[in-house]
Order: sequence, then C-alpha cells, then structure tokens
Amino acid sequence: MWNVVKLVVLGLVTLAAAIAANYARDLAYQVHAIIVMLVAGGLFLWTVRRTDEPLPPPEPGYLDGVVRAGVIATAFWGIVGFLVGVFIAFQLAFPSLNFEWLQGYGNFGRLRPLHTSAVIFAFGGNALIATSFYVVQRTCATRLWGGNLAWFVFWGYQLFIVLAATGYLLGATQSKEYAEPEWYTDIWLTIVWVAYLAVFLGTIYRRKEPHIYVANWFYLAFIVTIAMLHIINNLSLPVSIFGSKSVQLFAGVQDAMVQWWYGHNAVGFLLTAGFLGMMYYFVPKQAERPVYSYKLSIIHFWALIFLYIWAGPHHLHYTALPDWATTLGMVFSVILWMPSWGGMINGLMTLSGAWDKLRTDPVIRMMVISIGFYGMSTFEGPMMSIRAVNSLSHYTDWTIGHVHSGALGWNGMITFGALYFLTPRLWGREGLYSLKLVNWHFWLATLGIVLYAASMWVSGIMEGLMWREVDANGFLVNSFADTVAAKFPMYVARALGGVFYLTGALIMCYNLWMTVRRSPAKAETPAMAPAE
Amino acid sequence: MARKPEKKKQEPETTGHSWDGIEEYNNPLPRWWLWIFYLTIIWGIGYTIAYPAWPLINGATPGLLGWSSRGEVAEEIQRFKEKNAEIEAKLASADLTRLSEDPELMSYAINAGAAVFRTNCIQCHGAGGQGAVGFPNLLDDDWLWGGDIESIAYTVRNGIRNETDDARYSEMPKFGEILEEEEIDQVVNYVLSISGQEYDAEQAALGAPIFEENCAACHGVDGKGNRDFGAPNLTDAIWLYGGDPETIKETVTYSRFGVMPAMGLRLSDAQVNAVAAYVHQLGGGE
Repeated sequence: MWNVVKLVVLGLVTLAAAIAANYARDLAYQVHAIIVMLVAGGLFLWTVRRTDEPLPPPEPGYLDGVVRAGVIATAFWGIVGFLVGVFIAFQLAFPSLNFEWLQGYGNFGRLRPLHTSAVIFAFGGNALIATSFYVVQRTCATRLWGGNLAWFVFWGYQLFIVLAATGYLLGATQSKEYAEPEWYTDIWLTIVWVAYLAVFLGTIYRRKEPHIYVANWFYLAFIVTIAMLHIINNLSLPVSIFGSKSVQLFAGVQDAMVQWWYGHNAVGFLLTAGFLGMMYYFVPKQAERPVYSYKLSIIHFWALIFLYIWAGPHHLHYTALPDWATTLGMVFSVILWMPSWGGMINGLMTLSGAWDKLRTDPVIRMMVISIGFYGMSTFEGPMMSIRAVNSLSHYTDWTIGHVHSGALGWNGMITFGALYFLTPRLWGREGLYSLKLVNWHFWLATLGIVLYAASMWVSGIMEGLMWREVDANGFLVNSFADTVAAKFPMYVARALGGVFYLTGALIMCYNLWMTVRRSPAKAETPAMAPAE
Repeated sequence: MARKPEKKKQEPETTGHSWDGIEEYNNPLPRWWLWIFYLTIIWGIGYTIAYPAWPLINGATPGLLGWSSRGEVAEEIQRFKEKNAEIEAKLASADLTRLSEDPELMSYAINAGAAVFRTNCIQCHGAGGQGAVGFPNLLDDDWLWGGDIESIAYTVRNGIRNETDDARYSEMPKFGEILEEEEIDQVVNYVLSISGQEYDAEQAALGAPIFEENCAACHGVDGKGNRDFGAPNLTDAIWLYGGDPETIKETVTYSRFGVMPAMGLRLSDAQVNAVAAYVHQLGGGE
C-alpha cells in the first residue's frame, strides 16, 4: 500500500517536472526541472523494481547508515567548497582567471555564492545533520525516530545543495547573501527541514534518558531557529510558476533589515549554536572528561539564544537603517560577548586534568585550537559591531578575515575533529589509519588560517584607512583603484593560506579513506546498549 | 565510564547524570565571566540612554547626547566647508590664466582638482590620467580641443558630444557610406604615409587626392588636425583608437563618436576650475 502511494507521488512529480521543463522561461529553471524529473523518475523505477522484494527486517541498534553517508558528504562538499574558495581567492589576486570562455558562468560573481553556500550549507550543514543524528541517538540512548525519514532528510538536503549550486552558476539568485536560492529551492528546503525537525524531536521524545543532554539543546535551537529565519527571509512571490525569478515581499531598508536578521543568525544559530552542540559531545568524548560546568552551560545557552537574535542590525551601521536600530544591534552584540565565551570556557576547562593529551592526541589538539578560534572570533565580532570600529572595518577585507577565522578555525577544525572521531567508530575500526597525517593536517590548516587571517587584517585595516584618508583641506587622498592595487600582495598571501587549508583537508580525506579500507577492524563491535 | 578520577585534589561533584558516558561537573559560574557579563549589561543600559535606542510609537528615544549618524557626517562636511569657504569662493571666480600668480590658490586648486579627478575622471582617463583606447591621455601635449587652461575648463564643464547645448561637438562621417572600399584602402595608405609608418606607395599616391577632397576640411591639408572640430593630428604617433592599418580603416569606414559628460552639471564652479588646473599641470598644459 505504502509503495503504491509512493509510486503515485513519484509519478506525478516526474510528470509535473517534465511539463515544467517544457514550459520553462529560463535556463536555470529548465535545468532544475530536468534534475527533479530525473531524480523522481529514477526513484520511481527503483521503487517499482523493489515492490516484490520482502521488506528487510529492521536492523537493531542505532541507525548509523545515514550518519556514514553524512560523513562522506561532509568531506566531499568540504573539498568542493574549499577548492572553489581557493580559486576565487586567486581570481581576486589575478583577475585574468575570470576566463573569457567562462563569462556568465565561472566569473567571480557567480562562483562567490557557490563557495559560501558550499562551505556553510553543504559542508557545515551536512556536518551538523550527520553529527546531530549520531549524537542524539547516543545521548538519548534510542534509535532515530521515523525510520527512513532520516534518509529522506539526507538525500533531500543533497538535492537542495545541487539545485542551489547549479542555480548560482546559471544565474538563478535572489541576490540575498547566504539566501541566494530561488523560491522553489527554498520551498524544497523547508520540506526537508521540517522532516529534519520531526526526526530530531521524535528521537528526543523517545529518549531513554531522564534528561536532555546540553548538545541536544543547541542542536534543537539551531534547527528551530534556522527554520524560522529561512521562511521569513525567503517570503517572495514567483513571477511565473515556470520561471526561477521571484519578487521579495519586503522592500528597501525593511528588506535589508530582514536579510541581516537572517544573515547574522545564520552565523549565530547554524555556525555557532549548531557547532556548539557538536563541541559539547565530541570534546568530552575525545578527552574522556566530564563537562566543566552544568550551570555555565544553562546560563550561556539561554543568554546566547536570547541575545543573538537581536544582533543583526550591526551589519547595517551608517546605512538607511534608523540609528536606534543599529544602536540596539550593537549593544546586544557587545553583551553577547560573555555568553559566547561561556561555550569556550566549558570546552577548554573540560580538558583540565587531561592537558597531557594535547601532546599525544592530535584530534584533541584540533578541537582545542577550534575552541580557541571560536573564542577569538566571538571577541572580534562584538568589537567589530561597535560603531566606531565598524566605520573603519565595514566593507573591507577585515570582515572577510573575521568570517574566515571563525569558519576555518572554529567550524572547520571542530568538524575535522568530529570526522576523525566518527570514522573509526562508524566503520568499526580500531583507530585512525595515521595519527601522523592528522598532525600534518593540523599544522597545514593552522598555518593556512594564520596566513589568511593575518593578510586580511592587514589588507582590511589598510583599505579602511586609505578610504577615509583626507588631506588638510578635507580632500580624499586615494582613489578606489589605489586601494585595490595596494591589496595585491595580501590577496596572494590569502590565496596561499587557502591552498594550505585545502591541502590539509585532502590529507584528511586520504586518511579517512585509508582508515575505512586499511585499519584493522575492531575485534567485537559491541551492540548498542540502550534502554536499561 | 570506566575511568575513575584520581583524587589528587578535591574533585568537584558531578550532577549525577551520564549520557553515553559523558558526565557534567557541578562547578559554579566563573566569577570573572559573571562580572564581565554584568558589566556589559550595565554598559549596554547606559549606552542606550546616551544614544538613540528604544523604539516608541512614533520614532525612538533620541538619546541624551543628541547624536545621530547623519548629524555626524553633516558636521564633518560643515567643518571643512567653513574652513575652505573663503578660498573656494576665490577659486570659483578666479581668472584661470593668472592662477599661477597666487601660489596659495594654485596649490589648493591642484589638491582639490586631484581629489575631483580621482572621484570623477579616472574611470575613463585612468588613475594617472594616462587614458585608454578611446579616452585621451591627459599627460601629453597632444590636445584634441585645446590644451590651455581655459579650454580644458570648458571641456570639463560642457563635455563632448553629449546632450547639452554647449557641449563641444563634431561628427566624422561614416566614409563607408561615401567611398568605395578600394578608395578607403588608398586613403588609409595615405594616412600611414603622413604618420611615418610603412605604406604602399602606389596606393598612398592614389589616396592623396581622396584625402584632400574628403578629409582635409577638418584634418587640414597637411593632416595636422584642427582643434575647432576636435579633429586629431594624423601625422604624429599618438592615436586615440589605434594607428595600425586595420584600426584606421575601421575608423574611416564607421567613424567614431566619443562622448564625455558635461561635468559642470555635477561639479561646482570651483571644482571645475580645480580639476582644470590639475589636468593642466599634469604635463601637457599650454
């Protein structure tokens, strides 16, 4: 019966997508309709071929297949995102890399959102979905709720990534930073995200532990808030049901405000809260130490959740946004400093009594440096939100440097740590293939970040000072082109930092691959022991 | 979890729960953390009293300091305006030909002109005024419409071939509609011959009468150009669009129509004079 419903739905989707592809008004929409048609049609055939097969008995224990897939997807999209990042960094340094034959598809303007979305949503998003599925099962001592719904979340999310990425290259964009995908991609993500929320909440509801572990608070805050942000920032009316273009509901400064309310909280809830969830599980597990302070985790959780949501207007200092709104954005950002640091303290102090492991365990070292970068960028952020600082830093490379010390340092490193933790466990191996390679990865990544952040600080501050420089009579001293020319060496250094970081990640992929292929299998994989 | 804590120091208590082997200590909030948190809150309250912050039904609290971001910029602009008011007025009505007699005014005009140039002119003429294909180099002494300071000021103020009435204007015909291609090739060779480049002597000889009949009216019998029509000198090595045979042929066949906006519509008199003074002293001023 269930198969019949599935077949009917898939058949209708295939048909509708074929019709849409036929009537498509633009290339991006047509390509997307064809992708949807192929996926739905393929699933239809796959389902038909399996209708006679008896259902496999439900496997006992945790649902780890989807986490394994998530680990692979995280590593894959990570490499894609870093590669595009390195390429566009070189495009900025050497504009002739905007090849003539790629104009309209592969120039900087098209590739830049591809890079940001690939690293934030494809790499970061997959890391969060995979680890949250792993962590929520372990800390609730129960299997994921909803059966194959978790698989739907995984594959649905990959489809979203493919639609978004091809859309950028073909020019389907709302021109909203980090919210570029057009209306139908947004609707699809909403469906996937609601399924994700259902799986997560269902699992928590069925938990066999009396209390909900702190990591799950953060994951849940991330899932719920991202849903809210995503829906409100993407309210728009399609120009045609057969075209990718849509018109935003909000206009002018209201649109800017909603966009940065979204944009800042994508950082706050996806890149901060979600990854704090990751940190709260993997750091104590890897260190084999209790979390430092339960009280601190409660206070900093609620303070973070309450304060972050107000901080968006600090992206709009000295714009058409009224002064009162930017004041509030700035004040909440500064007050946010300590709640953010609560996570850092809890992470670092968890290691007290286990500091010796820093010498022997490069995975712990990776996690510690990630928490360090977290602390640094959550100090830098509130500082940059202060009006006087922002008047220098805004629109300069300083912002880019700040984002990357957070993204490469905090999000990247904690994700690498989690991948090193998960791979041997998920594939039943004794341990990692090579700790020496982890060490190489650690140093390459760290050096890459240092090169990146330092060059962007220098270039950003220099650029800001050059823009505002006036002579004794109040005349501007530099032309814009002068500032661009002056940044060239820093652009090269930044791109080099990117190469280091990418190389480290490639080493990681090799190491993880070899762990699965070569590492000795664990003698006896203990069956899950939930529910005592 | 198998690990038993070694009782070196007083181990803090845990909360008693364990999730997948993870326990939590019941440590208090770090004092320094808590106090800095309180301090930022107190600072935040103070700041929102001092600056515009809390939204009301109509508008928002203005803040005790009376600060606004627009006010801040206006104040800064006003400061320089007042400071420069006197010399700006002098510059606006200055006799440009006698500018160099007043060193103070001259140096102000060049600084101001450089700033105006950086904001308004470099998009076409290049950061150093070196020009580009189709946009004249302002560093040399080859001028289409005149290189004395007043001619430069006129060009800046009124522009070239734009919609305004006082713009400098001239239009070269598309000779592709007038001459046969064969004749164009001949006249191109003639132009190559007078500009000191390699040419086909036979063709050039045939081109000479064509030039005299069709081109000399603007470019002069000797091909040295005429500033009344902005007609370029064809005998030197300076070319606005290029001096190779193909480009010259294209120019003759299809003509060119370079436009410069009337900058007087967006610049003040003082700014026009300033940028004229700046361009005049770049190297080629007459």
